[in-house]
Amino acid sequence: MMMPHFTVHQPDSLEEALDLLGRHRSSVKVFCGGTDLLIKMRSGALSPDHLVSLTRVKGLRTISYAESDGLVIGGAARLAEVGKNAEVKKLYPALAHACSVMATVQIRNMGTVAGNLANAAPSGDTLAPLLAYGASLVAVERGGRRQIKLTDFFTGPGLNVLEPLEIIEAIRVPDPPPRCGSAYMRLSARSKVDIAAVGVAGFMNLDLDGKVIRCRLALASVAPTPVRCPEAEAMLEGQKPDDTLLAQAGAACVRACRPIDDVRATASYRRAMVQALAQRVLAKCYAQAAGGEA
Amino acid sequence: MAKRTIELIVNGDRYELAVDPWRTLANVLREDLRLTGTKVGCAQGDCGACTVLLDGRSISSCLTLAVEAHQREVTTIEGLAPSPDELHPIQEAFVQHGAVQCGYCTPGMVLAAKHLLDNNPAPSEAEIRAGLSGNLCRCTGYNKIVDAIGAAAKKISDTGKEA
Repeated sequence: MMMPHFTVHQPDSLEEALDLLGRHRSSVKVFCGGTDLLIKMRSGALSPDHLVSLTRVKGLRTISYAESDGLVIGGAARLAEVGKNAEVKKLYPALAHACSVMATVQIRNMGTVAGNLANAAPSGDTLAPLLAYGASLVAVERGGRRQIKLTDFFTGPGLNVLEPLEIIEAIRVPDPPPRCGSAYMRLSARSKVDIAAVGVAGFMNLDLDGKVIRCRLALASVAPTPVRCPEAEAMLEGQKPDDTLLAQAGAACVRACRPIDDVRATASYRRAMVQALAQRVLAKCYAQAAGGEA
Repeated sequence: MAKRTIELIVNGDRYELAVDPWRTLANVLREDLRLTGTKVGCAQGDCGACTVLLDGRSISSCLTLAVEAHQREVTTIEGLAPSPDELHPIQEAFVQHGAVQCGYCTPGMVLAAKHLLDNNPAPSEAEIRAGLSGNLCRCTGYNKIVDAIGAAAKKISDTGKEA
């Protein structure tokens, strides 16, 4: 339980943060909320000599929305701030919901969305909603920046394609089209605080006849990384979904997952819940999309 | 890995301290400032015993580095009562409703309640329970704690007094 010894750097600018990362490259980690990193350090799983804190980097906590640009979540924006943001609540309800129910009030006041992505737990609550919205992230290092689609980001439990000296500068979420709906549902034993045993996020938009133009589904906690469900998405596109089709799409989601038995749930329970939650998420998305622009 | 000089504003008082960069805020509050009202339970952000307010937001001080609180305002349980003779309405309601059993979770519960009522002055019972979901009471006296916070909310709004 002893905290290892390390130095903390608290730069004011991104440039300075990148310089510090480079200077201490042999043993350094990017630090912000600390809610995952400090636990790993206390347990001995990680022991960097240097932390570069992003909490004082100017402009990095900004959350902004514009029709032309969609939503831009700064790399240091906290979960609670994203969850309470009026535009996120109105236009990205699945993300707002995830940011308002995950972990604890205190952790949401500390942890960041970028940190949730970087931590890359298959159960991370913001991962499935952001995948469903077609989000990407902007990673910056001294040589320049690159945009990474979230679908290309996760490579395994706790693993992603970020380079050690890269910082997540922002998360970009496209502007929602007219007649769209989205939802995120999660299940866990306590329902509060504990890690999700299953999470399902969906996004759908409709044409003027009420047919699905685009659907995206993402599953959390049921595979080594969060996963999209291309088979289910394709089944819905071009259709007016009814209960039978939603059930078939749910079954396709079950085929997309690769759950394990662990302390949180058995694999068979997870499969059953993917089926149930996918149907409910899709029904909610469809109702929202048909009912207006929410 | 030299010590760092930081300035903490704790319960309105300014302190200048030299701290090792790896020390947590909970540790510095307890060991250096002797403000032992802040408790450490799990030391991994699950139990909420170490809850303090940092710039008005509830946080786990066991997962916050003291150097990160430099020049920021910290409120601990010692700073909540308006005077030595008077309790904060939340504290008063905890006493009146028997919401304190062993007492270990109480400082964190009270500060979590303060954060909740600052953001939602008239919470429903479900909202109170959700607001306390990051604070564990192993005496399991949750009902009385929920009752106390409901009563405190009512009292604060009745008297128009600032929480």
